[in-house]
Amino acid sequence: MASKLETEELTRVVDGERIVDSVSVRIPTAEVVAVIGPSGAGKSSFLRLLNRLDEPTAGTVYLDGRDYRELDPLALRRRVGFVPQAPALGSGTVADAVTVGDRLCDNPVDDERVDRLLERVGLAGYRDASVDDLSGGEQQRVAIVRTLYVEPEVVLLDEPTAHLDENTEARLEALLEDLIREEALTCVVVTHDTDQARRLSDRIVRLEDGRVTQVGTPQEVIP
Amino acid sequence: MSEDALATLVEHASDPAVITGFVQIAIAVVLAAAVLVLTYLRDLGFGRELITTSSRGLVQIVATGAVIGLLLAAHIAWASVVLAFMIAAAAWISHERGADLPGSFRASLLAIGVGSAIVIASMAVAGAIERTMRDLIVIGSMVIAMAMKTNSLALERFTDELSSNRAEIEAVLSVGVPPERVVSEHVSTSVYASLIPILDRLKSLGVVSIPGLMAGMIIAGANPIYAAQYQFVIMLMLFSAAAVTSMVSTLLVSRYVFTEAKQLDNDVLESIDA
Repeated sequence: MASKLETEELTRVVDGERIVDSVSVRIPTAEVVAVIGPSGAGKSSFLRLLNRLDEPTAGTVYLDGRDYRELDPLALRRRVGFVPQAPALGSGTVADAVTVGDRLCDNPVDDERVDRLLERVGLAGYRDASVDDLSGGEQQRVAIVRTLYVEPEVVLLDEPTAHLDENTEARLEALLEDLIREEALTCVVVTHDTDQARRLSDRIVRLEDGRVTQVGTPQEVIP
Repeated sequence: MSEDALATLVEHASDPAVITGFVQIAIAVVLAAAVLVLTYLRDLGFGRELITTSSRGLVQIVATGAVIGLLLAAHIAWASVVLAFMIAAAAWISHERGADLPGSFRASLLAIGVGSAIVIASMAVAGAIERTMRDLIVIGSMVIAMAMKTNSLALERFTDELSSNRAEIEAVLSVGVPPERVVSEHVSTSVYASLIPILDRLKSLGVVSIPGLMAGMIIAGANPIYAAQYQFVIMLMLFSAAAVTSMVSTLLVSRYVFTEAKQLDNDVLESIDA
């Protein structure tokens, strides 16, 4: 299958430390790749490089075979969406948070899409609710909808269920699994939870000290 | 020093008002000394600081008075040089508040310069302030001081906004919003926060306090209604300079905190957090 995203010797050095070290991986279209590894392995740093929230010190990323440094960073980020670990929704209503990508770019807001996506994540009727009144799980779902609203070709998820209680985590994970399969999304999921990685992904990349130490199917990487 | 300037200095120094001034200082010193005795008796421990601070203040203010006296005798063209020096000094002092932001001195210099220059020049051209060394220097310094204070507050608030809203800023960048739009809300918040002191002064004008200029004019025998009107003119000038300064400086630094690839500059954020 053709690579949607491909990293080539992707490296990021901060204060002399190689937090992402020569990572070369392929992320095929409509495949879910989980990135696992111990704390401080460089998982989140690697993810931030994929939509150029941080700048690689060396190496690059190819999106549909094109070096992403040739693309406008704003256009790149609409194609490669990022759901951060903390929802960071700001203040205002759920609809404000979801449509921020259009509102601040003076694009027309697609109300139908907002309603459809909110309904899909179990938040029908929440569009006018204040984000401050939502639970942690609900806020995380709004953050996912905010990313999906701009119709990205790739979705990057950074510890999507971290900081949630067990029940909420299970429900959100089930929702993610459904969304990914139904929408045939190309996904990169960073998680510290190996069971979650096994359940959600088609392939797993294990990082340690910024380097890839293992790549394979869930069965190969997590026996 | 030219002979004219020297003659002006001597003339000012030998004015009977200066002798009266020293008598008034002596009375104030007696009052301060009484306070000093009280602090000694109560063992409050800031007597030495009171003496050094007051002595330094006396030297500074008398020296300033002498310099202003000299400047008043100079050609009006010197006003622009003096005001430019004040603007540069104000920018240097103010940029410390946003020292972790790249280009904060450049932004402060431009912002305070533009804010002050527009207001001073337009009011001088319109005749709201007299085109004399006295008015240009005295009122100009008030305008520049207000621009400096507002600039400092704006930079400080913008630094806080960046630091405490980093996750939200990056989340919005991640859906393809241009950096200037992402931080526009934080720029507005910083501008408003920096203008609160001058807005409060406008709100409380004549109710909570009688501003110094108006009080001085009334004591000097001016018509109180005209003194009030003139004070209002000055307050609006200060507000205008403050608002322009705050908008220019936050807009400029908000551009400097992003990289060419439209990322938040990590070095800047780490420096702020440190």
